Amino acid sequence: MENLIALLVAAPLVGAALLLCGGKRLDRTGHWIGTLLAVASFAVGVALFADMLGRSADHRAMHQYLFSWIPVGGFRADVAFQLDQLSMTFVLLITGVGSLIHIYSIGYMEHDERRRRFFGYLNLFLAAMLLLVLADNYLLLYVGWEGVGLASYLLIGFWQHKPSAATAAKKAFLVNRVGDMGLSIAIMLMFTTFGTFAFGPVLAATGATSEGKLTAIGLMLLLAACGKSAQVPLQSWLGDAMEGPTPVSALIHAATMVTAGVYLITRSGAVFNAAPDAQLAVVVVGAVTLLYGAIVGCAKDDIKKALAGSTMSQIGYMVLAAGLGPIGYAFAIMHLVTHGFFKAGLFLGAGSVMHGMNDEVDMRKYGGLRKYMPVTFLTFGLGYLAIIGFPGLSGFFSKDKIIEAAFAKGGTEGWILGGAALLGAAVTAFYMTRVMLMTFFGEKRWDPKETHPHESPKIMTVPMIVLAVGSVFAGGLFSINESFVTWLEPVTSFAHGHSPVSATTVTASTIVVLLLGVGTAWLMYGRKPVPALAPRGSLLTRAARRDLLQDDFNDLVFVRGGTHLTTTLVQLDRSLVDGAVNGTAASMGGLSSLLRRLQTGFVRSYAVQMLGGAAVLVAATLLMRGV
Amino acid sequence: MSFPLLTATAVVPAVGAIATAALPAAKRTAAKWLALLFSLITFALALVVAFRFDPGAGAPFQLTESHAWIRDFGVRYELGVDGIAVALIALTTLLIPFIILAGWHDADPLEEATPNRRWRPTQGFFALILAVEAMVVLSFEATDVFLFYIFFEAMLIPMYFLIGGFGDRAGRDGEEEAAGRRSYAAVKFLLYNLAGGLIMLAAVIGLYAVTADQLGTGTFSLQQIVEARTAGTLNIGTGTERLLFLGFFFAFAVKAPLWPLHTWLPGAMGESTSPVAVLITAVVDKVGTFAMLRFCLQLFPEASSWATPVILVLALISIVYGALLAVAQRDIKRLIAYASISHFGFIILGIFAMTSQGQGGATLYMVNHGISTAALMLVAGFLISRRGSRLIADYGGVQKVAPVLAGTFLIGGLATLSLPGLAPFVSEFLVLVGTFTRYPVIGIIATLGIVLAALYVLVLYQRTMTGPVKAEVTNMPDLRVRELVVVAPLIALLLFLGVYPKPLTDLVNPAVQHTLSVVDKKDPKPTVQVNAVPGEGRHGHAANDQDVEAAK
Amino acid sequence: MNPVYYLYLAALLFTIGAAGVLIRRNAIVVFMCIELMLNACNLAFVTFSRMHGNLDGQIIAFFTMVVAAAEVVVGLAIIVSIFRTRHTASVDDASLMKL
Repeated sequence: MENLIALLVAAPLVGAALLLCGGKRLDRTGHWIGTLLAVASFAVGVALFADMLGRSADHRAMHQYLFSWIPVGGFRADVAFQLDQLSMTFVLLITGVGSLIHIYSIGYMEHDERRRRFFGYLNLFLAAMLLLVLADNYLLLYVGWEGVGLASYLLIGFWQHKPSAATAAKKAFLVNRVGDMGLSIAIMLMFTTFGTFAFGPVLAATGATSEGKLTAIGLMLLLAACGKSAQVPLQSWLGDAMEGPTPVSALIHAATMVTAGVYLITRSGAVFNAAPDAQLAVVVVGAVTLLYGAIVGCAKDDIKKALAGSTMSQIGYMVLAAGLGPIGYAFAIMHLVTHGFFKAGLFLGAGSVMHGMNDEVDMRKYGGLRKYMPVTFLTFGLGYLAIIGFPGLSGFFSKDKIIEAAFAKGGTEGWILGGAALLGAAVTAFYMTRVMLMTFFGEKRWDPKETHPHESPKIMTVPMIVLAVGSVFAGGLFSINESFVTWLEPVTSFAHGHSPVSATTVTASTIVVLLLGVGTAWLMYGRKPVPALAPRGSLLTRAARRDLLQDDFNDLVFVRGGTHLTTTLVQLDRSLVDGAVNGTAASMGGLSSLLRRLQTGFVRSYAVQMLGGAAVLVAATLLMRGV
Repeated sequence: MSFPLLTATAVVPAVGAIATAALPAAKRTAAKWLALLFSLITFALALVVAFRFDPGAGAPFQLTESHAWIRDFGVRYELGVDGIAVALIALTTLLIPFIILAGWHDADPLEEATPNRRWRPTQGFFALILAVEAMVVLSFEATDVFLFYIFFEAMLIPMYFLIGGFGDRAGRDGEEEAAGRRSYAAVKFLLYNLAGGLIMLAAVIGLYAVTADQLGTGTFSLQQIVEARTAGTLNIGTGTERLLFLGFFFAFAVKAPLWPLHTWLPGAMGESTSPVAVLITAVVDKVGTFAMLRFCLQLFPEASSWATPVILVLALISIVYGALLAVAQRDIKRLIAYASISHFGFIILGIFAMTSQGQGGATLYMVNHGISTAALMLVAGFLISRRGSRLIADYGGVQKVAPVLAGTFLIGGLATLSLPGLAPFVSEFLVLVGTFTRYPVIGIIATLGIVLAALYVLVLYQRTMTGPVKAEVTNMPDLRVRELVVVAPLIALLLFLGVYPKPLTDLVNPAVQHTLSVVDKKDPKPTVQVNAVPGEGRHGHAANDQDVEAAK
Repeated sequence: MNPVYYLYLAALLFTIGAAGVLIRRNAIVVFMCIELMLNACNLAFVTFSRMHGNLDGQIIAFFTMVVAAAEVVVGLAIIVSIFRTRHTASVDDASLMKL
């Protein structure tokens, strides 16, 4: 069975190669080829999953060795795959949601002349993402890691003729590269410490290593995760990434790629478990980001950017959970999966709304759309209920567990983290209700003459319905007998947290803050009409609209500072480095122009010089001989 | 005596150069085909060399040829290759056909100029390229220091004419000014490299004096000197060794080029046509880094260790400085030139990190950088020839008009920024790891290079290829068949060596181990012993098989 | 007779020649002075040959004569052509080649 693992990656990779090199010939069939190969990969995933379920919990991990990649001295990197329960979860999520979004894109991109290329990029993304989660060593993971970055770059900038899209794509890649620096340093640290960077030996050897080394590795891995998962302080690219086509936002910037950081931290659990300082850094990053994203999400009028803020915040939850150690890993992944369902659904819904609204993204120009797009409204609504953690839906189960685990961290930390998570839940309820109310309720704020909102075609609504079903039931399914936790336990290990607050209290307070958030939003956006032009707003609102001034800070420090530095260096290169050389040349020239004066052009002066020279030579010879 | 394969590999392009140059003015097209034919034969010979070469054999140099040449001074015609040389010869001979194809029309005489017997620029252009190839190949093969020196210096002359004599068409008005800048760049190139070469000549003579003094008969033979050193019969004094090392290193650092001796490169690459720019950075400059590895380290191991800290810092400055300057460039070719300076910093870093990963990575880097820069620079050349401008600001939205051109440009750029999956990643990561194991701080600072590389590549791509289509580029044709034939194999090779670099590493590893043993350095051991043997590569694999059995 | 006297004579002739080259402006005269110097050298060579009792000096003297003859041919041709174009044979006027 394990020989099928490579097929998971190969299918979309073949698709990408075909579609990108195939040329115009494939323009008419390209999207079908791409979708077919994505679905094929999903089918292989399901087959492997079925095989895995048939075995006992300890014998589920599979391994496939392909070939030796880079052998130099003690440095051995292999192309080898490892499929265990954690990877399996991701494989199903990636190929499943990926296939749905491929199908959706057939409709969404119908009128784009470069649709074939779009599907090529999507397939490339799938291949890279699968490589990321299937790699059995950190270096191969790094290949997938940058591969998804490339796919994300290509897809964000898909509409390259728009300068804003091109800039956003570049920004995403660059910020991610900063994170990648962390990952490469982590790999180098592992190599110097363990002499290897394969998961098995590294994670097994953490016990014998000094805590300082592990903390360093952990912090570097965290930096990598921050870049890929848009966590503070490397979060600034995610909002801009919404320039890409909406299916891309759903697949890459909500359901799968941005969660790679959580995968990395969970996969490296053994390192973090043995390095409490690194773990603390992880939870702090998670807690800060979950609030940061939530605040940003409250202020955005662009529906996709509001959802992007929400994504950031939800991943903050996952990172927080992953930072809690064995009491949190499983819940982080569980939230990741449920989030994959409902956030992808929400984005597809947003895409569907835009599709019917002439690509308008400003929610202040929506309103009352529930009558015009019933299916979209219904699926979006279910996703909404799931994300705010409405009891019984997916988000409720996964988020509730995280909040509980945060309290279980113990001590003051536990109270702070738990409090932050609860506050986050309240704000989530607020901003999501705001999105819901501004889009689907209230009065029409669009011009009926120009805009004719309509429901999207079947090929788009069906994936939305499937995802909505997932958002409703996945969480509950996973929680029956703690089935999800048991499934992951052999990989991530699991410990029950001992919360100072009882589970019922946590659940009750979650529901209370949820109602608070929804109520506030209704008071502000539901009870009275939404102004079509954004009011000036409080200081915080204005800052949040600008992503809490993160971009301004980056612009001031890195962009301006960097520009200044490089221009100075260019001048220095010319004046100092090159100047030194040219100066030598010029002084040689000066010297020779002095000497040139000796050449008067008068034959007789040359004759005198010759005579003088001869005399000097004779004198010198005589002196040397001691006469 | 067996067939002198190494000599043949160098003689074929030399004969080709003469034959091409001898063709009459009217036979321009024939000259092109002839040059291409000879370069292909050379490549075939290089492949034979590569297959005849046995990486596993014990001897450091193989396929050796040795004849007395100038008996009075102990100069011998000694050729031999190790894995590193084989890899670089293969790279050189591989790139030359592409360079010739890419420059197919670069040396056509202007329409108004009537061809006559004396004025045969096309023949001259291709003959000079082949002449450079012959000399570069010989300097990779020479194991006699004096012999190496001769070709190391002689290749400057054809290069001088290639840089000074042929440039991008600047249009009627700018032609005069462009010619002025071109000859300035060519003179600068020549003076810089001659200065380096002369200092090296002094050191070469010094080396001869030392060997003549201590061994009785003076020798330039690398192997003899290395053997005499290990046997203890040759003992160069510390001070002398350091001076000689600096003499050699200076010449190679100019050629490489290492900060702060780099300023000739942007001019030379910027003013020459893009095939010549590729010839400079991908082929000729590699002789510098190659010679560091072969001559500096093996002749003067102790002095090399002594100078390592300074050289590492200079290499580090090159990496960051080159990348930062690349960001600020407004000229596409100069941008690529500064990027190359950054990359040469990586190569030198790897060489002097003195670990098998570092030096193996550096050798791979030389090959991969050659291919990736060739891809990027040649596509840039195709772009420039379409619009007649090297300024980034003159482009915009090319992606929409010429998607294949933009796509290949992007892949070349991604290779330049060392995207995993493409060949340069393998070498860059090896260099970084190799440096990190011995010098963690330098390794960490060097990783900054990967962020900056992304910056200059993506900014370049964004400004030229994306955004609204500029009026001047609306009618730009996409890549032609000839251009595609140049770029596609290079890209395929980048992908192949990125996914499966093992043939190359197998070739290079023994040579690197030999170099390290001469320098007497060993890789640092990992601090923690891991149970699984890292060399096995399939740890847990067997165990899993059993598990599967058990599960069934 | 003591051969050293020939050397004195040679020295005297050489000095006269050198002084003439330095002082006179007329190219023809300068030329004759150069001839004088060459012949002074020849005299010295022959004298040394006699003093040392071998033929080396005499052979060199022949060489010098040949060189002098060649020089006369080239030199006179230059002087004549300068005179033709510029109607003067002053060496100071022929300084146009300097930069």
